[in-house]
Amino acid sequence: MDHVRYIDKTREYYAGEGYARPYRWAHFDDIPFTRLTRPLAGCRVGLVTSSEMAVLGEPGPWDDEADAARDVYALPTATPTGKLYTKKEAFDRYETTLDDVESYLPITRLREHANQGRIRDVAPRFQVVHSQYSQRKTMTVDAPEVLRQMQEDGVDVAVLTAV
Amino acid sequence: MALAARHLEASGIPTVVLGCARDIVEHCGVARFVFSDFPLGNPTGKPWDVPMQRAIVGLGLELLESARAPVTVTTPYRWGPDESWKVKCFTKERPFLNVDGTEKWLRRKEAYRGLKSEGRV
Repeated sequence: MDHVRYIDKTREYYAGEGYARPYRWAHFDDIPFTRLTRPLAGCRVGLVTSSEMAVLGEPGPWDDEADAARDVYALPTATPTGKLYTKKEAFDRYETTLDDVESYLPITRLREHANQGRIRDVAPRFQVVHSQYSQRKTMTVDAPEVLRQMQEDGVDVAVLTAV
Repeated sequence: MALAARHLEASGIPTVVLGCARDIVEHCGVARFVFSDFPLGNPTGKPWDVPMQRAIVGLGLELLESARAPVTVTTPYRWGPDESWKVKCFTKERPFLNVDGTEKWLRRKEAYRGLKSEGRV
């Protein structure tokens, strides 16, 4: 069976729920492309996720309903993944779980690649980007903040995981 | 996520997106995309399947090295023999968010509109 057409499915689903105006998914005619011109083995890898992580014992972004802006935040990649968790609700909860952090935030897997010399290392922090209501905000506020942090951390290439 | 990847790419940082919603990511357009034909939630491999996770992340790293133009690579894995999840997702039988989740989403959406109308975002 071919892959799921989420754009069509969500349009039909929310129309059935009474929402008249379909969501306009981001679309561009061009695709920015930067070629990697140095050996990957010498690269520091940054990691970005939409998985809304928190550290055990500390509140997560889902706890603060007043935080409507839902800005980018970062956590140390040195945090043991066993101490990270998410309560993100937007995933297929009928088929799978978010109990294994490495299935959407591959800090340990990347570190294994670093230990084998495939990459130099993993950046000291990863960024969480929320799925926003506003594409404009993602493009003009969140993405530039991710870039700023990555430049500060000396990141050479980035892995982004869309949950 | 695709929008963030595009911004990094345009700013000189090569990126690879790992995801399960092929049409959404490709509709937006990103430089490198590793697609796993899985239910939404596990873009870097099935939970607790370490060899699969290592391989999928490895595919992403390979793509960072090898791509010369925008490209999608599909991982060789299937979720399972039963693919009915592809039909059932986003239906009345399996609403994407539960009632609480939907209400929270709507409250946040309203709050965001409030911030926007005040020029704070």
